[in-house]
Amino acid sequence: MTSGRRVVVTGLGLVTPLGIGVPHAWKQLITGKSGIISTNQLLDSEKYQDIPAKVVGKVPISETETRSTIPGIYNCNEHFTSHELRRYSTFIQYALVAAKEALEDSKWNPLNLTEFDQERSGVCIGSGIGSFDDAANNSINFSNYGYRKIQPLFIPRLLANMASGNVSIKYGFKGVNHSVSTACATGIHSIGDSFRFIKDDYADVIVCGASEAAINPIALGGFARSKSVTTKFNDKPEKASRPFDKERSGFVLGEGSGILVLEELEHALKRNAKIYAEIKGYGLSGDSTHITTPSKDGDGAKRAMEMAMKRGNIYPSKIGYINAHATSTLLGDRAENYAIKTLFSKVNPKLKISSSKGQIGHLLGAAGSVEAIFTIMAIKEGIIPPTLNCDEPGMNDEDIKEDFMFDYVCNLPQKLDLNNALTNSFGFGGTNASLCISKYEK
Amino acid sequence: MFRSLVSVSKLAVSKPALSQKIPSIAVKSSLINITNNNIYNNRQQVRFYSHAPELTKEIISERIIELLESYSKTAQGTKITNETSFSKDLGYDSFDIVEVIMEIEYEFSILIPDKEADEIKTVGQAIDFISKQHDAC
Repeated sequence: MTSGRRVVVTGLGLVTPLGIGVPHAWKQLITGKSGIISTNQLLDSEKYQDIPAKVVGKVPISETETRSTIPGIYNCNEHFTSHELRRYSTFIQYALVAAKEALEDSKWNPLNLTEFDQERSGVCIGSGIGSFDDAANNSINFSNYGYRKIQPLFIPRLLANMASGNVSIKYGFKGVNHSVSTACATGIHSIGDSFRFIKDDYADVIVCGASEAAINPIALGGFARSKSVTTKFNDKPEKASRPFDKERSGFVLGEGSGILVLEELEHALKRNAKIYAEIKGYGLSGDSTHITTPSKDGDGAKRAMEMAMKRGNIYPSKIGYINAHATSTLLGDRAENYAIKTLFSKVNPKLKISSSKGQIGHLLGAAGSVEAIFTIMAIKEGIIPPTLNCDEPGMNDEDIKEDFMFDYVCNLPQKLDLNNALTNSFGFGGTNASLCISKYEK
Repeated sequence: MFRSLVSVSKLAVSKPALSQKIPSIAVKSSLINITNNNIYNNRQQVRFYSHAPELTKEIISERIIELLESYSKTAQGTKITNETSFSKDLGYDSFDIVEVIMEIEYEFSILIPDKEADEIKTVGQAIDFISKQHDAC
């Protein structure tokens, strides 16, 4: 059923609320920094005034400073010409910046290679929403001034697959050109689908991941109306996102992009590419329960993880770490924890679990790919990133304390030689995805 | 809004059959609008109300070329003439052309219907089109 082709990771790129660039963001992550800020600090803060949720995970942006003056900062003029900026909405920009880093890291640029190489190189970059800003602004302009005020570039800036499209154009990828949109599971589905494409010989190299830039007052307002985001820590942004913790009360809307270069093992070895880790297994499932709430026992999450391990031939007892989806919501974290307990409590009680969302918030579609990169870095560096603000895991009145039986790597990172890890993402609509990633061994 | 008021006054001047009261009221109200909105600094609007020189083809050409030269897709040092084609010579794609047409609309305070905009493919065609628009300014 599955071919003998193995799939490894040979390049990484990040744009996150902790800054841009993998080395920078990783350092911020393992030193417990927070990328969550108040909406009062945004350039258009006045538009957020009426919205009860006041914290977001924003990519640090400056129009004057550059990365050389402030490490990790994003200045669009540093990366794009004014003409490019007219065409690339923010989520496309983030994807292009992260893809550039990943491709340079991997030293793979099909533009300079043969037609064959180009056709064997694919792109699979998704987005949960696409360009929310453009949808909102053009709607407002249409409502106020009519048809003539709709931008000609509205649709090419809006569409969720335009990150894939633009990366393919820029670097000459003529193979698979795919784009996933499965809400908050987008990132994992993108990587998982790419893994399958390479395994099934559709391509040798795929640049994959997800990008999201939906910090817009209407989007934040929408999540506030659906009671998904926290409103309890408006004065203390860095405390707002607290996966598994007693005081968790909803997620924090974030933005960013995580891009990986996946490559067939022999292809990577032949060109002496740096190998970060191996993608072993991919699992997917549906809750079939409710539009936004997971089933209580986390049945869908459990089956996704189970499938990822089974397909990767990795026993639950061999998993050292799970980078959980845990968004800091009361029900979601509890259900995921219960699912993990069902699978691991007997065979692997010493399992480490952490959620990077305490530091970056919930990057929606991009969450899965950014966290997969953190999981890969954890394997490569032997350091497990912490769960920030997880002071009292499972101590909420409605939590069953005994269920929260694992080590949640609270607030401080831990050194651990890792061989196998899982990373989870679950989305609205009851979609679940899990990836099993392992240390590369010959 | 201003343009419609002025075009009423222009019409009134050129066609004496209309009541003399209409232009005076129109001009007066538009002047009030100018001061209220404090747009004296806006060169384009001022030019509008002062007796601007007639919009000759030379002036149109000069302004369009300046506009095209400053457009982000135009390569620096490109020589632009009436024969210059947006796509062939300047390398514009369909989106660039739509954006440039929008800029031209804004520059001359006119609206170019989509159908007619589709026919404008060179600088010369743009000049011809604008020179035929009586309310261009």
